[in-house]
Formats: sequence, C-alpha cells, structure tokens
Amino acid sequence: MLTWWRRIRLENELIYLFLRSPVAQVAAAIATLSVLGALFAPLVAPTNPYDLASFDILDSFVPPAWVDQGDPRFLIGTDDQGRDLLSSILYGARLSLLVGLSSVAFAAILGTGLGLAAGYFGGRLDTIVMRIADVQLSLPAILTALLVDGVARGILPREQHDDLLLVVLTVAIGLSLWVNFARTARASTFVERNKEYVQAAEIMGLHPLRIMAVAILPNILGPLMVIGTVDLAVAILLEATLSFLGVGVPPNQPSLGTLIRIGTEYIFSGEWWIVIFPSMTLIVMIVSVNILGDFFRAVLNPRLR
Amino acid sequence: MGALLGVTDLTVHYPTRFGIFTAIDGINLSLEPGQIHGLVGESGAGKSTIGAAIIGLIPSPGYISRGDIKLLGQSLPGLSQKAYHKLRGAKISMIFQDPQTSLNPLLTIEDQLVETIRQHSDDNYQKARDKAVALLEETGIENAESRMGEYPHQFSGGMRQRVVIALALCTDPDLIIADEPTTALDVAIQAQILDLIRRLAHDRGVGFLLITHDIGVIAEITDSVSVLRGGKLMEEGKTAQVLGHPRHDYTKALMAAVPRLEEKLDRFANILGDEPSLPTPELLWKVDGASDQFATEWLLQGNRHTASEGPVLSVRDLDVTFYTDRQFSLGKGNAVRALQGISLDVHPGQVLGVIGESGSGKSTLAKAIVGLVRPSAGRIEFNGSELPLGRERARTHPSRRKIQMVFQDPYSSLNNRRKIEDIIGEPIRFFDLARDKREQRRIVASVLDLVGMPQRAMLKFPHQFSGGQRQRIAIARALVARPEFLICDEPTSALDVSIQAQILNLLKDLQAQFGLSILFISHNLAVVRQMSDQVVVLKSGRLMESDNSDDFFARPSDAYSRRLLAETPSLDLLLGT
Repeated sequence: MLTWWRRIRLENELIYLFLRSPVAQVAAAIATLSVLGALFAPLVAPTNPYDLASFDILDSFVPPAWVDQGDPRFLIGTDDQGRDLLSSILYGARLSLLVGLSSVAFAAILGTGLGLAAGYFGGRLDTIVMRIADVQLSLPAILTALLVDGVARGILPREQHDDLLLVVLTVAIGLSLWVNFARTARASTFVERNKEYVQAAEIMGLHPLRIMAVAILPNILGPLMVIGTVDLAVAILLEATLSFLGVGVPPNQPSLGTLIRIGTEYIFSGEWWIVIFPSMTLIVMIVSVNILGDFFRAVLNPRLR
Repeated sequence: MGALLGVTDLTVHYPTRFGIFTAIDGINLSLEPGQIHGLVGESGAGKSTIGAAIIGLIPSPGYISRGDIKLLGQSLPGLSQKAYHKLRGAKISMIFQDPQTSLNPLLTIEDQLVETIRQHSDDNYQKARDKAVALLEETGIENAESRMGEYPHQFSGGMRQRVVIALALCTDPDLIIADEPTTALDVAIQAQILDLIRRLAHDRGVGFLLITHDIGVIAEITDSVSVLRGGKLMEEGKTAQVLGHPRHDYTKALMAAVPRLEEKLDRFANILGDEPSLPTPELLWKVDGASDQFATEWLLQGNRHTASEGPVLSVRDLDVTFYTDRQFSLGKGNAVRALQGISLDVHPGQVLGVIGESGSGKSTLAKAIVGLVRPSAGRIEFNGSELPLGRERARTHPSRRKIQMVFQDPYSSLNNRRKIEDIIGEPIRFFDLARDKREQRRIVASVLDLVGMPQRAMLKFPHQFSGGQRQRIAIARALVARPEFLICDEPTSALDVSIQAQILNLLKDLQAQFGLSILFISHNLAVVRQMSDQVVVLKSGRLMESDNSDDFFARPSDAYSRRLLAETPSLDLLLGT
C-alpha cells in the first residue's frame, strides 16, 4: 500500500504537482468543503430556511452573534424574514452548486458532442455548427436566460413554472456555455483526427460514432476538463447574477444570488451582514474553483509548463 | 587534447524526481581546426547533450558535474553567463536540424544576417550587408544580392539550410556544432549540404562537430568519429578505422544493422537487445493456451485464396487531385495533382518497394488504396475485382479486413488512452474473428508473442513502450485482421537503426511465414533494397521507373533514379579502404 502510494506520487503528474502546490491544495480544500457543506446542508444547518414554520418574523434583522444584540441561536444573524443566515447560505450554496454542475454538464454534453462531430466530419456540418456558435457568443448570457425563461413561461402552464424554474435556469446557463466546449472539442478533434490511430480505425471501417466516442473522445478530455472547471465558476456566477436580477430560482428557495439581492436592499440601513456573508461565500467558492481550474490547465496543457 | 576543442571527462547530470540521471558520462573529445568530428549514436545516447554542454546551453535543471571543456585553451564551464554569451556566436556557432524553425519567419534574410554580423562587430550597415551577401554566395545561394530581401518561406528547405549555415558563419566562428543538419532534408539536398560543410571546413579551417544518427552521413564526410551509447563513449578514432574495422561490440552490431545498398541480405545479423532485459515475472505471465505457435496456426486459418493468378493488387492510371480549401467562398480552390497516371502491380507473396522523396505522393498512394483518399480517376483492383474508390467503399467491404496498414509514426498510430489488449482486440472484435472474449484474449496474447513482445504487454498502455516496441504492437494489430495485403508506410523511419533492423527482420519473417503481399513505402533506398522484390520510383506524383529490385539497384534506367542512388550516402568509401 505504502509503496503503491509512493509510486503513484512520483509517476502521476497530476498528483505529483498537486502535492507540491499549496495554493491548489487550499483551493481544493475549500471547494471540497463547500461541496460537502452544500451536500449535507439538511444535516449541518441549524434550521431549514425553506420551512415556513421554522422561523419567526420577530427574529428578523438579528445581527451576528458576536455583535451587541446578537443572538447565540443565529451565528451570523438573520435576514429580513427572520431566517437563519447560516442555514440560508448552506442551502443557497447547495442550490448554486446544483445549478452550476447541471448546467455545466448540459453545456459539456451539448458542446462536446457538436464540437466532436464538427471537427470529425468537417465541411458543411463544421461551418453550420461554428456559425451557430458565433451567434451564440454574441448573445449575452443574461439575454439567453431571459429568452429561455420567457419562452418557457409562454409555453408551460402557470402551475408548473416554479417546479421548472431550475430546469429553465440550467438550460439557459448551459446554452450560454456550450460554445467553449464546442470550440475546444473541435480544435482538439482536428488535431487527433489526422493522427494515424484514427486512420487505422477508419481503414478497418469502424463506425464514425465509435471512432469518435472510443478513439478520439478520451484523447481530448484533458482540455475539456479544464474548460469544465473554469466554466463551473462561471455558471455559479451566472446563476447568482440571474437570481440577483430576479429571473433565477424561485423566491421561496433562496440561492446565494437571491440572498445578495435581499441584502443589498438593507445595506444602507446598517444590516450589513445580510449582503456580506453570502457575497463572501460566493467569492471564496468562485476563487477556489478558478484556482483549481488554473491548476488543471497548467498541469494538463504541456505548453504552459 | 585538440588545438581547437578539448573535452575531458565531461559528465552531465539531470536531477529528476526519480533520482539523478546521468545524461553523459565521462566523455573525452578533441578536435583540430578544419576537422570534422562525428558524434554518432541512437536516441538517448547523449549526443545532443554534448553539443549543448559545449555551447553552454544545457536545458535546466541539467548541469555539468565533472570534467572540463577547453576551447582554444580557454576553459568554458567556469565562465559567467555574460562571457559565455559573448563567446557563443563569436567563436562557436550552431546549426540545428530543422531549417523551418531556426530562422525567424517574420524577418527578411537581410535583417537576420546583418543584425547578427553587427551584433558581433563594429561594421556599419553597408559593410555588414556586403559581408552578408558574400556569405550567402559562399554557401551557394545564387543571386544572393537580390534574394537578400526575401523571407525564409520563399526559400526551399535546402536553400534555407544554406541560409542557416551562412548565419552560423556570420561571426567567423572557429567551431560549428551541427546537430542533425541534414535529417530533415531529402537525399539530393543532403548531399549538397554535406558538400558545403566539407568545403567550409577545408577552406576556412572551421572545426565541425557533426551530431547525427545516420552512419551514412558519418561515413561520407567526417574525419574522426565518436560512437556513443547511453551517454558513454563506446569507441573513437579515425572514421575509416572505426566504421571499417570496429573493435567494440556495440559498433560492430551497429554496423551490422545498417541496411546496405549493395546487396540484399536475408536477415540482419548480430542484433543488439534494444531494451534492458525484462524482469522474469513479466515474461512468465501467460494467458491460458496462448503461444506464438497458436498465433501462427490461427493466422493461417484465415481463408486466403492463393489460387488466383495475376496480381493481388493492381492499380491502373490512378490520378489524385487535391483542392485547397478556400475560406468564405464557394467552389473549389486551387488544384494540386498529387498523383498522375500511376499504374503498378503487386504479385502474391511479393514485396513491392515504393521509393520517393518527400512530396512524391507515396503516402497519398497508400491512402488511395485503403480508401482514405478519393482518387479523381483510375482503377484499383484487388484479387481481380475492382475496389470502390474513396468514400464509395462501404464500411463493410470485405477488403477492409484483407488490406491492413502499418504506419510511420509509432507514437501516433496507437491510441494512448487504450490498453494494448483493446487496441489489438479491436480488429478481432470488429471483424468478428473470435468466438468469445476468452478466445480474443488468447489470440491477442499469442500474436504479441509472435511479434516478440511479452504477453503481459496486453495489460499496459502504449506510453509504457519504446518506439520499436510500439511498432511491434502496430504490426500485431495489422496481423490479427488476417490480412492478405499489408501496406507499410515508412514503418521504420522514426526508429533507430538497430531497432529498424529488428522490425525489418520481423516483417521479413512474417512475410515468409504467412505469404503476405506487401507494399513497402520508404524514402530510404537501402531499406527498400533489403525488403523488396519489385521496385517503383515516384517523383512529384509520377511513376519514373518500375523494375525488378535486383536489376533496379544494379542498373537503374531512369536518370532520376540514377541520381538518387548516387546521392545516397553509402559505406562504400570505407569498405574500399
């Protein structure tokens, strides 16, 4: 076991460099902590902010526990509804991560599929896909989100709106992120498709789908992983932005963005904690994910080494 | 100790995370002005590291741990970076392998030469420019005056290498280190560049340190030679003596592995083991019932019909035209005719050698036969029936199994993310050649055995193998499809000579055992000589000559073939002495 670990430590580039990069370790620790906190929010959080019976409007605007008038029940204070802020943040981070991960997954599948096909077949398909990507890039993410949101509201019956808000959000954010995956996948596929192992498969007469999935895809995963990590941060941020603007998650399920929006309304009346703590959480999460993304890029891209 | 350069007990260490790696170990060298000294060795021999150590540019984190380098009596390793910088260029220059990358593509030749000259002297612009023109003329560039204003891309490969040499001469150096100066060039141009180097050494009294893996080049122009292996000096002395009457076992084996132009050998003899011997558990690992014998039986089961007379493959009037892509416009771009009117036949059980320099269309020919490239005209017949061309050939066409290909670059022809078992198993799975997974495993293990690899190799990934081993795996992959016809596109040009000899031996054995018909493509005439029964010569997409191999090498009828043969560096010079 020990010798196995010693060998892995030396031979695996990723682990070797990770063990020598304290910055990446701290970032990974924070990212893991936020994921765990979000995942186990119902177990960790003191109260359930989604449960209307569990909070009292009389507890609203309680400052953090260490400030005068603080209440030991609410470690970092409460918001305007009297919800415990710590619980809200834990549940909010859960929602942010859920939307972030699912929209990145959506973007990755859509973008990688299209990019792989465009790079492999080239020609007209390539031109069409890439022109669509160009158009997509010229639309701001918020506009895409508003568009998807509006269309969804138009088609779907009213009572389903709130249930589907998360899906709408995922699709909206995913749509504005797939271009990165498509471009990267296409460029890497161009390089791989001319390699002789792909030609060997073509000469045998393997089905193009199998060539793409089994031969090419594993070879282009490195750069896509980098895009994935960086885009996770972007997706979380987009979700926060959209929720901040009020087109995001349902109001009774506050995400980090919703909390920040609520907080800004009270920042000038002295209730600083409502905006500060969710914002700090968001910033720390984004920065750590970004650092991890940078680390992956440095390790997986030999040209940057 | 040479008057120009003396290297004593030079040792270079590279600290790595796996421990300290000794790149070169106790090397001694000496060089007189006007002499050409060759450093020859296979990859990993440390020849380039010696060059880098002399010029003071060992890539970090390497360092000289022991020994001394004296240039004109001055010791180099102790010099400061600044003093070294002055010395480089002024006294030592370097010529690199690839003329594409050693010139700045955005500056004219004039800018690059004049800047270098003025950097190292007080000449004014006009004087420096005159000097540059004179240098270009000296290195054999015609109309030097008018070509000064051109950019590197306007010169051909050989001309560009001449410019690089002129650039190296700018500062009137005493020593020029040439690192594989002709490896990227075609034979004809290689001969001219070697001529130029010899003349410069003679006329100017410049000492050359010529680093190369090509024994032919060493035999052609060097006065003395050092044979290196794994960072150690094996043998050194006058070229004729070292290569003609080698004393060290390694040199002997190396010389035996060099393919000869003069005669066709049945096999290469006296081959070195290319790898450090594997630990025994590696070799003992076996799949149940797998052996090379089983592989032979299984491969011979394939229903090949040997009855048909006439050629296995026959190509008639093949034309391939490529169109360059034009962005943002409709219609076709400029046409490039890669192949024109090619006709050839491959007879059962025979090897047809295709000879051609770069750009002659030999790879395009292979791609047209396997259906990767769509010919614009012509016919390809396989076993008497016509093959659909290009994309028209269905994915299920029976020829897909019967024609297999071995590629040039063993580093890109295997998928790095798949295990060897899956790579070799793919054709078996796809062509439905095994009854079940267990039989497939047995076949994969057996075929690995057949190509001289331990069976355990099937559990590993391609990056765990060397170039020669990868090529064996690639050959195994081509074999398991039970092909009748094998196309080898430069299968050994990325390999060291001793490994090349092993792979050629393997191909010869397999060909004899299974009666394969092979289309063997190479730019190396000596390799083609060793492999083929018939030979065709391609030049710029046209067929120049087609003949029986023995006749061709004895009496080439076409002028181009004669020139090609004459310009190939050979060991004749030595064998005469």
